Amino acid sequence: MTDLLHHVSEKLKGKFSEGLLKAEMHYDFPVFIVEKKIIIDVLTYLKNDPDLDFNFLTTLCGLHMPENKGAELGVVYHLHNLKKNQRIRVKIFMPDGDTKVPTATVLWPAADWMERQEYDFFGFEFTGHPDLRRILNMDEMNYFPMRKEYPLEDGSRDDKNDKMFGR
Amino acid sequence: MALPNQIPLSPDKEYNTLNLGPTHPATHGIFQNVLKMDGEIIVHAEPTIGYIHRAFEKIAEHKPYNQIAPLTDRMNYCSSPINNMGWHMTVEKLIGCQVPKRAEYLRVIIMELARISDHIICTTIIGQDTGATTGFLYFFQMREKIYEIYEEVCGARLTTNIGRIGGMERDFSETAWNKLHKFMEEFPVYLKEFQALIERNRIFMDRTINCGPISGERALAYGFTGPNLRAAGVDYDVRVASPYCSYQDFEFDIPVGTNGDTYDRFMVRIQEMWESIRIIRQAIDKMPAGDFHAEVPEFYLPDKEDVYSKMEALIYHFKIVMGEMDVPKGEVYHSVEGGNGELGFYLISDGNRSPFRLHFRRPCFIYYQAFPEMITNGLLSDAILTMSSLNVIAGELDA
Repeated sequence: MTDLLHHVSEKLKGKFSEGLLKAEMHYDFPVFIVEKKIIIDVLTYLKNDPDLDFNFLTTLCGLHMPENKGAELGVVYHLHNLKKNQRIRVKIFMPDGDTKVPTATVLWPAADWMERQEYDFFGFEFTGHPDLRRILNMDEMNYFPMRKEYPLEDGSRDDKNDKMFGR
Repeated sequence: MALPNQIPLSPDKEYNTLNLGPTHPATHGIFQNVLKMDGEIIVHAEPTIGYIHRAFEKIAEHKPYNQIAPLTDRMNYCSSPINNMGWHMTVEKLIGCQVPKRAEYLRVIIMELARISDHIICTTIIGQDTGATTGFLYFFQMREKIYEIYEEVCGARLTTNIGRIGGMERDFSETAWNKLHKFMEEFPVYLKEFQALIERNRIFMDRTINCGPISGERALAYGFTGPNLRAAGVDYDVRVASPYCSYQDFEFDIPVGTNGDTYDRFMVRIQEMWESIRIIRQAIDKMPAGDFHAEVPEFYLPDKEDVYSKMEALIYHFKIVMGEMDVPKGEVYHSVEGGNGELGFYLISDGNRSPFRLHFRRPCFIYYQAFPEMITNGLLSDAILTMSSLNVIAGELDA
């Protein structure tokens, strides 16, 4: 697995030089942190390079880390090379005010609903997405519930008054 | 707005709008599809999902690790043991816990039973929707037998919460083994009969062949996994690609289809049931002796007797019940082959009592977005069949 980390990071460094910010192992997964502005180029390269060939988008998910000042939000892509059975994880980070992320739907139609889901829960604006609407929550919702500042329960509820259990 | 994969509507034609769902007797769950119809042909479809969204990812950020297993039950409730085991294995990967062989084999038996029960639902329902009610009523009693085995192992039937972090909650009892052996004798007979009833039935074949097809390439682009991907001819199975839970010890084949239509999806699932039977047989024959759980006192509840007599056991019991285990920092991704495909858990731990972030890769959610493409230019009645053959489970779709 560390071979894979070396191999991919060498190739990414060769192609994007400064764009690759960090490459490390997390358990059995090579993880690459890249700059946000080149994310689609990186994904295109990873997908189309005949040697790397990460042609399957396993999943895509958002992150919110309010403690991580200057890079509060993140998007994580899990890619899979089905032929060689290799998996990698690519991450991008961005500050809270700048939620525009170029869409991956140009590479995989599967990213359509995954991106809608992350928009729905974190408020990422995937630029170029064909149909960026809420998907699981109701359309009238005016906040992004998976961000850490939103409590699990709606604070305006007054029908749950059990002080005994320290709510 | 039209999705890119759909044909443009002709401006000088008048289309009928048809609401298929949210509650429709043939969609087996709460799904809405707004269809534009040209006579009986669907020209545009727009699915709406989220009717049973329960915010599991958010709830999981507020629950200790062992209390998340009951949430996973409620995702694909047709094969909840696989979801439970997937979650336990994710945590075991994070804490670096090696589970004894016996526990792994017991888990394999339970997971394969769950796969069979999942496929029973899907295959019988395809039959039901083509008008073959007999198979549904007759074969469904086998699912009942599987539920009785679950009941004997964990006490529950549908939302099982089976297994624990570190192994199984208990070894199989005498009754459980008896029920399992009885099931292994009975099931192949039933499956063979069901197959004979439906597989070469002219009406069924006419109805399902070329109904809702998808090519292997499109299926991969749409993130298909599991039986639906294999029906399209791609032999990707997590059990083989990245074996977990001792799957490398067993010999089994991966059935694949060619056209990716409803008939292929049906046949792949039927064959997978035979393969599951093969795996369970091998697991029973090779069942190793030993413990049914690992020695992880921080995560695995101690024996009740020890709790009453030993100080240490009491402390661990208290810590586990109150959710105060020490969890290492780190991030892991673990996936299992669920009833419908690759069920993945992406877990980030910051060392606190509950996960910092837990993302579920839900196969249904990812492949259901191909549904409009699969049903446009087809008949309405084919859309119903395509949906049942995809085995879209509302709980997994919405999480």
